[in-house]
Amino acid sequence: MTRVGRLRRITGPIAEVALEAPVGVMEAVFVGDAHLAAEVISLDGDRATLQIYEETAGLRPGEPVEGTGAPLSVTIAPGIVGATVDGIQRPLGVGDAGPYLVPGATSTDAERAWPFTPTVAVGDAVDGGAVVGTVPETPSVTFSVLVPPDAKGTVTSVAPAGDVRHDDVVAQVRTDAGDERDVTVAQRWPVRTPRPFAARLEADRPMITGQRVLDTFFPIARGGSASLPGPFGAGKTVLQHSLAKGSDADVIVYVGCGERGNEMAQVLREFPELEDPRTGRPLMDRTILVANTSNMPVAAREASIYTGVTLAEAYRDMGHHVALMADSTSRWAEALREIAGRLEEMPAEEGYPAYLPSRLAAFYERAGRVTTLAGAEGSVTLIGAVSPPGGDFTEPVTQHTQRFTRAFWALDRDLASARHYPAVRWQGSYSFYEDAVAPWWREATGVDWRDLRRRAGDLLEEDARLERMVRLVGAEALPDRQRWALLLADLLKEGVLRQNALHPIDASCAPAKQVRLVRLVVELYEAGLEAIRSGVAWLRLREAVDVAALGRLKEAVPDDESERIDDARDDAVAAVAAVRRAAEAARAEREGVAT
Amino acid sequence: MIDVVGVDRIDGPLLVVEGFAGAAYGEVVEVTAPTGTHLGEVLSTGTDAAIIEVWGDTTGLRTEDVAVRFRGETLRLGVGPASLGRVFDGLGRPRDGLPAPPAAVTADVHGAALDPAARAYPSDVIRTGVSAIDAMNTLVRGQKLPIFSAAGLPHDALATQIALQAGGGEDEDVAVVFAALGIAHDVAAGFRERFEGSGLAGRTALFLNLADDPPMERIVTPRAALTLAEHLAFEAGRHVLVILTDMTNYAEALRELSARKNEVPGRKGYPGYLYTDLASLYERCGRIRGRPGSLTQIPILTMPGDDVTHPIPDLTGYVTEGQIVLSRALHRAGIYPPVDVPASLSRLMKDGIGEGATRADHAEVAAQTFAAYARLRDVRSLATILGENALSATDRTYLAFGEAFESGLLAQDPEEARDLDTTLDLAWAALSHLPASELGRVSEATLAAHYGGGHGAGAGHGGGAGHGGAGDAT
Repeated sequence: MTRVGRLRRITGPIAEVALEAPVGVMEAVFVGDAHLAAEVISLDGDRATLQIYEETAGLRPGEPVEGTGAPLSVTIAPGIVGATVDGIQRPLGVGDAGPYLVPGATSTDAERAWPFTPTVAVGDAVDGGAVVGTVPETPSVTFSVLVPPDAKGTVTSVAPAGDVRHDDVVAQVRTDAGDERDVTVAQRWPVRTPRPFAARLEADRPMITGQRVLDTFFPIARGGSASLPGPFGAGKTVLQHSLAKGSDADVIVYVGCGERGNEMAQVLREFPELEDPRTGRPLMDRTILVANTSNMPVAAREASIYTGVTLAEAYRDMGHHVALMADSTSRWAEALREIAGRLEEMPAEEGYPAYLPSRLAAFYERAGRVTTLAGAEGSVTLIGAVSPPGGDFTEPVTQHTQRFTRAFWALDRDLASARHYPAVRWQGSYSFYEDAVAPWWREATGVDWRDLRRRAGDLLEEDARLERMVRLVGAEALPDRQRWALLLADLLKEGVLRQNALHPIDASCAPAKQVRLVRLVVELYEAGLEAIRSGVAWLRLREAVDVAALGRLKEAVPDDESERIDDARDDAVAAVAAVRRAAEAARAEREGVAT
Repeated sequence: MIDVVGVDRIDGPLLVVEGFAGAAYGEVVEVTAPTGTHLGEVLSTGTDAAIIEVWGDTTGLRTEDVAVRFRGETLRLGVGPASLGRVFDGLGRPRDGLPAPPAAVTADVHGAALDPAARAYPSDVIRTGVSAIDAMNTLVRGQKLPIFSAAGLPHDALATQIALQAGGGEDEDVAVVFAALGIAHDVAAGFRERFEGSGLAGRTALFLNLADDPPMERIVTPRAALTLAEHLAFEAGRHVLVILTDMTNYAEALRELSARKNEVPGRKGYPGYLYTDLASLYERCGRIRGRPGSLTQIPILTMPGDDVTHPIPDLTGYVTEGQIVLSRALHRAGIYPPVDVPASLSRLMKDGIGEGATRADHAEVAAQTFAAYARLRDVRSLATILGENALSATDRTYLAFGEAFESGLLAQDPEEARDLDTTLDLAWAALSHLPASELGRVSEATLAAHYGGGHGAGAGHGGGAGHGGAGDAT
């Protein structure tokens, strides 16, 4: 590290430097005697402007600034999964510094030994991105040491199986250009540069989240992107936590971006205890936490989503399916706005800088299901929560995020105040992945999923139409057919769409159980309509079927016994059919008497 | 310390000292003029000039005879258990005529960000004795739960009641730190009298920036109060309850200062960093792993125009762990406390309540009550269109539920501390007006244990089939 200049002016997280030696734009630098992490954001002759990732109180003009020669980067190394880091990847919750953050702290994880197993031999030809060996990072996640993307060549040495540390060279590659390149366990990658891959694949396999309203009605594909806007109290964070717990991804990156400290404390308390539904291991064994809470420095909040997505890409390149949840991207956008304001940039909509949409687009484009450089399949799925001011979805962050994501899960204040969670509004939410994932569902469940969804969607449409009428004339005035529709739509909402994140059985729901629950409602509804057409009063149907009990099946029947739902469906449909036959027989008798 | 005499520019609360390169960012300054001494802070510092924000009234200052002393450190406050029982001004200086209390430590009023991984997740329930909170929006130690109110509503009475009933009694570990932000003298006096009358006075510290005190001081007042609260909670192991009122006045002072600085305004003229600034206060709250104390915050804000989407309540709601919303309609109906149940929320309730902590049926009865109350709103709006007589029998049971809930559970005397069993039984009494088939959020077992135990579960409502009665048949 070399001194590149001295501070000229300090205003909050922004500082101006009088340069004595050249620095690059976006170069990572360290500021002052306290060695605060910072990044060069613009250059103007012999002056550079920095954003500083730490509390700047106490900095004085004239203090030195040191350059690093590289852009802001993350370290990709074993020890990341299961750990908690801040927005620029410094470890949290470690050391004896006490409970408060100390400016200038650095990472100390490099000394730990990891068991390494080589997967290449001397003389092998390797491409950039090829795996040279693996480390069991946690019982759930295998870390692969990769050849740097630009180091295609021939292996000239490889470490034997045994303990390695972050800085150890585990292989050497002679590149085609004749350079000798070291492959170390820990490698650096600039956070604002997407990592390369061989090819994009179609996103046609759903990422099962365990949330019925999402998987069944608004699915997200592996490698897809979704936005999750909602006013405060609508349950964004609880839903993001549920997704982090229940999703069938290999690695979860959870970015707490400008949100509450206690929420991070909750994740740290729960995740080591909760079981990963796929492996039976603690959830923390597949989770990376990036926590830059609202009271932590604002510039590091801006960096936190890049840190998160770069780590996600790194695990994708090892052949894992990674899901990243960012809560909340609005706080990231506000950090962008705050820094732009301090730089006195010309504001665009609502004070946000004009480059907000392009930054959002670039972030969500880092989602994808890909063939890695090593030829494996991996994916990054991005789910961004949005916190629109006043719950107004027309504000810039919600609007632009909606443009760049393919699934839109709108949370609703009214549903939330009725404590209908997840409060995903079924009218207004959408997913462009429906058609792409339909074949997978058909294959996995043996049911014509597309048709089932359509029938359930029709019932919800009918319900929405009727609710408007009910508000004007009361339910009493409606014909039997419509009373039945209201009753069964309630069952669909209570028994399928609403899901209790705190219930041991209901918190997450397997695809087969989802399909069975939806099928129960749809087929019961249709059987009832047929009976009503035969002259049966809807009240007779309600007496024949215990609808409230059907609504509790989701909590009563675990995933691995979900065929019991089919039994309940058969019983209910049979009961309705019996009422219908009795009515038809009675009518036939009356008509018989009449003739 | 460095002294400079004479400044180059005075613009409202901002002073510019040109040609001075020795200021540290954020350091505290004393600004002395013939009219008196104010404190302030360095907003921006460079090799050519320093810009200072003054927490006080700059009226009458003259550029040539202002003396500025740079103290070389950020604003620090001496705090300790001896601060309890005392009254301070908005900057933490004694206001009761006594000398400054002996300090256990001096701490930076801006605090330091707590490592989120060092936090303990709050889950110990505080019994406030207020049914609307204990049953439906349970408060836990270490939570920040604001009261969203509006002009003319009894937020002060409710905050006092919570403080006295949660903090009064025998629990000597409890302390109250009260920060008045631009409120009227009589309101502050009212709080003070009730604290003194309760025997809690010796465990209360007051930081007063009243309506006629300098608005710029208001930027520091909550920080000073929280500095004491953090010390009491995390160093001295006390359970501290902090009341900040009125946060709307605080945010307006921040807006005024931002406008003076010619910053790009965000919504309604508030600065773009209002969220971050509010978070820097509200996040000074919680529990720390391995330490016994807790810091619980009850900020009060009055919503301008009763508008919950106004930036102050909106951004507060995004930081805090829920909100207690007061309803003008309930207030007009004579119900105290007028808590708007569907709009209120306690995010930390779910992990605090239940068997062992409150009662096994608590989560279910609360969920069912919220659902029933949401339906009640629809039924009431239908009743205003069609008249009650046109409602179905089931819908009419909702009206009975609403009446029993609002007058039975919600309403109570400002002096009454209701125990939790009574509160939950009142919720069941109200729910028992509904047919059992309407109670889909309660398990069969819970239903069997509690349903109909009270009054009101009339004949014909108890069974599965046949409920609703003939009124449903059209």
